[in-house]
Amino acid sequence: MSASTHSAHRTLLLKFGVVAVLMFGFGYLLVPFYDQICKTAGLRDIDRADEIRSGGIDRARTVRVELDANVNRLPWRFRSETPIVNVHPGELVTLVYDVENTADRPVTGQAIPSYGPPHAAAYFRKIECFCFTQQAFAAHEKRQLPVAFVVDPGLPKDIATLTLSYTFFEVEGNNR
Amino acid sequence: MQTQTGIRRWLTSTNHKDIGTLYLCFSFAMFIVGGVMALAIRAELFQPGLQLVRPEFFNELTTMHGLIMVFAAIMPAMVGFANWQIPLMIGAGDMAFPRLNNFSFWLLPVAAILLVTSFFVPGGAAATGWTLYPPLSTQMGPGMDLAIFAIHILGVSSVIGAINIVATILNLRAPGMTLMKMPLFVWTWLLTGYLLIAVMPVLAGAVTMVLTDRHFGTHFFNAAGGGDPVMFQHIFWFFGHPEVYILILPAFGIISEVIPTFARKPLFGYRSMVFASCAIALVSFCVWAHHMFAVGLPVGAQLFFMYATLLVAVPTGVKVFNWVATMWEGSLTFEAPMLFAVGFIFVFTVGGFTGVILALAPVDIQVQDTYYVVGHFHYTMVAGSLFALFAGTYYWLPKWTGHMYDEKLARWHFWLSMIFFNMTFFPMHFLGLAGMPRRIPDYPLQFAQFNMLSSIGAFGFGLLQLLFLYIVIRAIRGGAKVEPKVWDGAKGLEWTVPSPAPHHTFETPPVVS
Repeated sequence: MSASTHSAHRTLLLKFGVVAVLMFGFGYLLVPFYDQICKTAGLRDIDRADEIRSGGIDRARTVRVELDANVNRLPWRFRSETPIVNVHPGELVTLVYDVENTADRPVTGQAIPSYGPPHAAAYFRKIECFCFTQQAFAAHEKRQLPVAFVVDPGLPKDIATLTLSYTFFEVEGNNR
Repeated sequence: MQTQTGIRRWLTSTNHKDIGTLYLCFSFAMFIVGGVMALAIRAELFQPGLQLVRPEFFNELTTMHGLIMVFAAIMPAMVGFANWQIPLMIGAGDMAFPRLNNFSFWLLPVAAILLVTSFFVPGGAAATGWTLYPPLSTQMGPGMDLAIFAIHILGVSSVIGAINIVATILNLRAPGMTLMKMPLFVWTWLLTGYLLIAVMPVLAGAVTMVLTDRHFGTHFFNAAGGGDPVMFQHIFWFFGHPEVYILILPAFGIISEVIPTFARKPLFGYRSMVFASCAIALVSFCVWAHHMFAVGLPVGAQLFFMYATLLVAVPTGVKVFNWVATMWEGSLTFEAPMLFAVGFIFVFTVGGFTGVILALAPVDIQVQDTYYVVGHFHYTMVAGSLFALFAGTYYWLPKWTGHMYDEKLARWHFWLSMIFFNMTFFPMHFLGLAGMPRRIPDYPLQFAQFNMLSSIGAFGFGLLQLLFLYIVIRAIRGGAKVEPKVWDGAKGLEWTVPSPAPHHTFETPPVVS
C-alpha cells in the first residue's frame, strides 16, 4: 500500500470517527431540543400540578367503587380491607390493602392497575398509590399499603359502579 | 505470505474473503437462533390459549427474535457480502483497514453471547420488544443491562465496519472506476455506510440514557423526575427508521446486480437508480415519527411525517420500475438467483404497498401495534432483505467456492420459500385488520384459523432453511467446476478473477476503461 493511500485512509478514519462521536452527542442534544419544542408548542405540561376539573364534592351523587386484588404467580396474600366502598365524586378517599409475603425469601413486586369500565380510567385520580413504585417484601413480611384517590366529578352520569383492579407481578432480578 | 491454517487462520485473519466468510457463517448461525425463537412464538400461537410458554417468556422471545434478526443476522450478513464482494467489484486488494475488519467481526460473537445468556439471568431476557421502550426498559431486571451492553458492542462493531467499507470504496477503487461507474451494490453499501455512521451512535446514546436511568439516578425517561418516555421513542426512531433502510439498501444493490445478469441487458436507468438510493437515504432522516402516530403528535407533525413518508414511495417506485424495465425484452433465464430476485420484486412490493397504507396517519392509528404491522415489516425484512441475501448467495456462491450449487434443489428452495413465506405472513394482514394485537401470547377464538395457517407456514419456512444450508455445504464440498465468468450475462470485475476467487486478488489494481 502506498504512503499516500495510507494517509488517505487515516484521514477518513479520523473524520468518520469524529462524526460517530458527534452523532453520539447529537442523541443527547435531542433531549433539550425535544424539551424546547414541547415548550414552544405547548405540548407537554408534566410540570403543572394536576387538578380536579369541576371542583367541589358532589354530595348528591354516590359511586360504588369495587376494589379487586390479584397476584400473578406470586407467593403473596393481597387483599383490600374494604372490598367495596361508596364514595362521592370529588371526595378524597384513602384505602388500605393488606399484603403479606408468604415465602421464605424476599420478593419484590409491582402492582399494575386496571379499570372497569376502561374509559373510566381518566376519572380515577390517584394521588398516592403503592403501584407507583416497586414494593420489596422481606420473607414473611406483612404490611399495609395505602392508595389515595379522588373520583373526578366529571365522571359520566351513566357510570354508577367503578372497578379498580390491581394485579401484583414479581419483579425478578431487581431486588434492591 | 504464509497463510495460517486451522482455527488460528480464522481468529487472526485480516483477509477480506475470510472475514466475509466469518460474517456470513455467524449471521446464518444467528439466523437459526432467531428462527428457533420465531418458531417458539408461532408454536405458542398455533392455538388460542396458553400452552407452551409463560407470557413473560413469550415477550422475551419476541424481543430477542427482533434484536437478533436485525442486529445479528441481517446486518452481519450484509457486511459479509460487502467484505467478500466490494473489494472484488472495485478492484481492490483488500479492505482499507484489515485489522479493524477482524476486530469488528470478533465483537459480534461477544454481543451474541450477551444476548443469549440474558435468558438465564434472574428476570430473564429483555421483554420490552426490540424497540426497548421505557418505562418497561427502565423497570425490568438485569437482562436489560445485558441487552444494552450487547447493543453498545454491536454498535461499535457496525460503526467500525461501516467506516472500513466507506474508506475502501472512497480510496481503493481501481484506476478509471469513477463513482458513477461503480456497481450498484457498491453504491448502496456506500450510502448504507454513511447511514450506519450517522445513526448507530444515536441508538448507543438512547440505550445509554436507559442505562443511566436504571442505575445512576438520571431522569431522561422518568416523568416523576421531569423526563418523558415519549422522548425515547423519538430518539429510538431517529435511529430506527434509517436502520430499516440500512437493512434494505444493500438488498436493493444485490437485486440490481442479479437482474441485469439474467436479463442479459445493462441495468435500466443506472443514474436514476443511484439518485433514488441517495434520495431514500436522505429522506430516511425525516420520517421517523410515522412509527409514533398514536402517541399524541400535533396534527401538523402528523401531516408532515405522513407526507414525508409517502415521499419515500417515489424513489422506491423508481427502483421497482427500473428493475422491471431492465427485464423488459431481455433474454431472461430463471436460475435460482434470478428466481429470488424476481420473487423479491413481487413480495417486497407488497411490503412497500402496505407501508404506504401504514404511512397514512388515520389508517395507522387503527392498525397501530396489530399484526398488520407485523405482516408489513416481515414482507420488507424477510421477502426484502432475506430473499435478496438468498439471491446474492446463489449468485456469488460459485465465485466463492469454485463449484456450482445444485440448481434443482435451489429452485425447490425458492418455490417452497415463496409458498411458505406467504402462508406465514399474508394471513397476518387479515389478523391485524381484524384487531389482533402483536406481542400477545393468547388471542380470541375468531383468530384461530389464520394463526394456525401462519404457524404451519412458519414451520415450513424454518425447516426449509436447512435445505439452504445443505445446498451451500454441498457447493463448498464439491460440485461442477465453474469458469471465472460463472454467468454468461455477468458483467463486472469480480468475474475476471478465477473461481474460486484466490486468497489474494487484485494485488495490482486492474484498469477500468
